Amino acid sequence: MSKGRFGQHGGQYIPETLMNAVIELEEAYNKYKDDPQFNAELNTLFNDYAGRPSRLYYAEKLTNTLGGAKIYLKREDLNHTGSHKINNVLGQALLAKKMGKTRLIAETGAGQHGVATATAAALMGMECVVFMGEEDTKRQALNVYRMKLLGADVISVKDGTATLKDAVSATFREWTSRIADTHYCLGSVMGPHPFPTIVRDFQAVISKEIKQQMLEKEGRLPDAVMACVGGGSNAIGSFYHFIEDKQVRLIGCEAAGRGIDTFETAATINTGRLGIFHGMKSYFCQDEYGQIAPVYSISAGLDYPGIGPEHAYLHDSGRAEYVAITDDEAVNAFEFLAKTEGIIPAIESAHAVAHAIKIAPEMGKDKIIVITISGRGDKDCAAIARYRGENIYE
Amino acid sequence: MSNIAKAFENGKAFIPFITCGDPDLETTAKIVREMVKNGASLIELGIPFSDPTAEGPVIQDANIRALSAGTTTDKVFDLVRDLRKDVTVPMVFMTYANVVYSYDAEKFISTCKDIGIDGLILPDVPFEEKEEFAPICRKYGLDLISMIAPTSEQRIETIAKEAEGFIYIVSSLGVTGVRSEIKTDIGSIVSTVRKYTDTPCAIGFGISTPEQAKKMAAVADGVIVGSAIVKQIAANGKNSAPVIGEYVRSMSSAANN
Repeated sequence: MSKGRFGQHGGQYIPETLMNAVIELEEAYNKYKDDPQFNAELNTLFNDYAGRPSRLYYAEKLTNTLGGAKIYLKREDLNHTGSHKINNVLGQALLAKKMGKTRLIAETGAGQHGVATATAAALMGMECVVFMGEEDTKRQALNVYRMKLLGADVISVKDGTATLKDAVSATFREWTSRIADTHYCLGSVMGPHPFPTIVRDFQAVISKEIKQQMLEKEGRLPDAVMACVGGGSNAIGSFYHFIEDKQVRLIGCEAAGRGIDTFETAATINTGRLGIFHGMKSYFCQDEYGQIAPVYSISAGLDYPGIGPEHAYLHDSGRAEYVAITDDEAVNAFEFLAKTEGIIPAIESAHAVAHAIKIAPEMGKDKIIVITISGRGDKDCAAIARYRGENIYE
Repeated sequence: MSNIAKAFENGKAFIPFITCGDPDLETTAKIVREMVKNGASLIELGIPFSDPTAEGPVIQDANIRALSAGTTTDKVFDLVRDLRKDVTVPMVFMTYANVVYSYDAEKFISTCKDIGIDGLILPDVPFEEKEEFAPICRKYGLDLISMIAPTSEQRIETIAKEAEGFIYIVSSLGVTGVRSEIKTDIGSIVSTVRKYTDTPCAIGFGISTPEQAKKMAAVADGVIVGSAIVKQIAANGKNSAPVIGEYVRSMSSAANN
């Protein structure tokens, strides 16, 4: 079996032209991951620049309103740039810099990863090009402007469904054409090895902090940790340090779009099957001939036909559960959290909130849930207003 | 010796690529027969995939046209069954891992054997992942074609030693598509390959003119042309066969002069 496997999933299914690049990346990562100086630099960036550690907030009003389990929110939305994406980007940008790369390229769905990459590139004096599906540039116009403001070029991708998967394909194509000075700063726990491992390790800071903070506040581990899953980077980051703690339920919340019984869905675990795409073996939404399905979700960040290989493995082994949340449920949760706690979550994160709304009331008051709020919802306000039939200008 | 070796027996091999079902399968059949008549030594048949990550815009569009026309793997198999009534030159499939994997690799590869396909080119399956498909290809006597790129460097030896059928040498960085100039030192890649294997080398990516074909054929055993053909199919649609036939004749003779 080849490298970078999580059970049967993962691997390196990429053109020969890119093999040397991923091998170099793996070597560089192995060299720096335990290097004290690299980690000290990264920690300084995390703490002084990104604002870590992020808060673990006891959502008392939400808890009382739902009347069941005690709910904590892991506030990744409070990070610099407004989402968890900055964790991975700072790690990869620092690594790329150590490798002598001067240019970062990235895909983005909702624009959060693109903004984070543009931010790190500005900070570190690197060139930056972000590929974004044309459809998403419309849904997330504000983030397009932010990326440009930060000095990045934003390329609108018109291929295929003009969403996240096409942005990923376009970024891989760009990397194939220009490798020597360029690092592909992949935004999720997907793609060929070593990306799923690198991105997970940089995002694992989320669960490391949750564990510490929970022990300080409650003196025990939570009963459930939940997070939204597209490719799955904030979810794996939230789960990672709890994987060995079998009593902690790990719940990934996928985007069901208009429902898993419709074609307009992006719920990979619930509707996909095993396949090989974008460098990895994992579960993908696809037709009987293996053509990748044109998936749909209101959330640009979850609108992806695959899932990271480690999640596919956690699903196979039964260690994590993956549930599907519809657009309607997510929008309701978006509004509900805003009204009960004064926190507007990203529509992506609202998928995890929606599941908590379902299960918290059925859990005892002695139980504890942690929901990762992976990003802030400002970027989504115009789209949600439109969803409710109100046309506002951004 | 595999059937593919025949393509390299009489001078330099000219290997045209075509996306099956673009614009429809009847036209594909006509074009393939026209290619054979005009000197094609081996035919590379593309099975369309929704997200062909190694392709430039020209072949991406051909994939979309073919899928929109209702092309499926099973219909491509039927096309090959029909072609094999009279076409004797070697034929290989070029497609993406998921097309083979999702069909059930063994079922896909055994069908290839039954219908007379001689090899498989999977651009998203590098050396490290070939065990996914290679044992099944060996079982049914198909060649799994290896690719070598300008970035392969120290990997050339490993890849070349296990290569079968022919070696697909990628001329340039980037995705498929016509290029005005090929800057890579192909000659040096080919001579490195020849230290480790006798498997013939064919060069692809970016070749479109007879001058380029001649230049590339001078340093290798064959020349592969895809985007330049697909572009002409995009322009001529169902009437492409005679145009492509003429083009293949000019390229094939340039490669052998």
